Amino acid sequence: MSVQTMQPGARETAAGGPRQRYFYPYADNGGTVVAIAGDDFVVVASDTRLSSGYSIYTRDQKKTFQLSERTILGSTGCWCDVLTMTKVLRARMQMYRHEHNKAMSTGAVAQLLSTMLYHKRFFPYYVSNVLAGLDENGKGIVYHYDPVGHHDPGKCYTGGSGGALIQPLLDNQINYKNQENVTPEPLTVKKTVSIIKDVFTSACERDIYTGDAVAIQVITKDGITEELFPLRRD
Amino acid sequence: MMWKIPEGGHSPLVFIKIPMFLCCGHLDFKHLTSTMDLMPLQASQPFDPSKYRYTGPNVQPRQLPNTRSQAPITTGTSVIGLQFDGGVMIAADKLGSYGSLARYQNIGRLMRVNDHVILGCTGDYADFQFLRDIIDQKMIDEECLDDGIVTRAPALHCWLTRVLYNRRSRFDPLWTTFVVGGLDDDGKPFLGFVDKLGTAYTAPQIVSGMGGHLATPLLREKMEGQPPLSEEAARELLIRCMTVCYYRDCRAFSKFQIATLKAGSIKIEDDLEVKGDWEVAHFSKEHA
Repeated sequence: MSVQTMQPGARETAAGGPRQRYFYPYADNGGTVVAIAGDDFVVVASDTRLSSGYSIYTRDQKKTFQLSERTILGSTGCWCDVLTMTKVLRARMQMYRHEHNKAMSTGAVAQLLSTMLYHKRFFPYYVSNVLAGLDENGKGIVYHYDPVGHHDPGKCYTGGSGGALIQPLLDNQINYKNQENVTPEPLTVKKTVSIIKDVFTSACERDIYTGDAVAIQVITKDGITEELFPLRRD
Repeated sequence: MMWKIPEGGHSPLVFIKIPMFLCCGHLDFKHLTSTMDLMPLQASQPFDPSKYRYTGPNVQPRQLPNTRSQAPITTGTSVIGLQFDGGVMIAADKLGSYGSLARYQNIGRLMRVNDHVILGCTGDYADFQFLRDIIDQKMIDEECLDDGIVTRAPALHCWLTRVLYNRRSRFDPLWTTFVVGGLDDDGKPFLGFVDKLGTAYTAPQIVSGMGGHLATPLLREKMEGQPPLSEEAARELLIRCMTVCYYRDCRAFSKFQIATLKAGSIKIEDDLEVKGDWEVAHFSKEHA
């Protein structure tokens, strides 16, 4: 009689069967990730707040994972899935390294992540991914994922709880959408970092899961540099 | 997942191997719940499910309801942990609640894992006891290996995360939240949190359960942006938090324990009690 909705783990009972409660395997731990690609660099940034409901677990957890010298993954959403997915991804990258005697390129990681996510199509990793890195020619590239592996390359993408607040602004400022009579200028690292700081400051005003600090990482051919920029803690 | 039961007699302790490997598609072990009782206790080989399937006439695959526990029964409330200068300190009260009944009033929810790790558990007490036995056996196995490697707090934290995540992925969670404390490989204090979904993080102060709402603000106020606390200041802060939790958490209890870990020593103080100030009761007509 207790007809459950189509949630994983639920069973329809026949009339008078044992009644069950089901357990929900996901949680939303918040967080926002942004990545912007330039001609010879990529900037990846994430806030550092990990939440659960109205509580803050910690103010010091960044959502970016360095996968190699040239590739950084930003993942937010269900934190238990984020941890597991990145652990498995790193293991797979190590296996590739041992098999092919070279590190995985950004494009290869992008494809691998996509297949990994689709492999769990019927019990997904509840994660928003943004993969950023330098391709073989040293040009910056950003990929955006849905929870089951659809991915798209592009110039700038956001993910996470504040993603919807930030993406329209970046479309306008980075991709010059809906602007008339404007000459596109090539992006510099300085301008990009400045834009990132602005968008996060705005997003954390309106999104309760975004705040505390932004960890901004810049990938260039010379390596990866990191900066921590404080945000509102409320 | 492989269940290996050691040869030569009853052992209540089982060695669980968790393949933290590829995210493979679901291997469906649901039929094991009905055929598990056919498995001999002293198996010398891993259990082979294909040998135990009923193949006679009138076989109808019955959709059995999921009989795994989905709710905790005997539970412990908050565990409060904080780092201080040179170590970590964890406190938990001694109550096992049976719903709203304060049923078991002298249970220990803190555990000394080995010389380098302490942990506390919130949630279902039976699941804690289950994992406690497994962890104890792990420590014995490690000592027998005698290779100079000891499990430290970050390693146990990681292992617990994997175990709890795998259980949640099989829709059979261990309904527990752990606070793991110790020193990491560099000798710096480490405090980690793992919940029943496998969500894990580290922080200078960690509170599980209801105390997350009550004690976390008190801890952060004293610790954020400050130099590390001394051991005495940490202990005082912890007792203050336990007091506030006792005032405001309906499932808390006045008797509690504190476990302190510093380089080279672990101390578990038992029989501590929240005194509390109940003067305010006189303001109420009923208690005048």
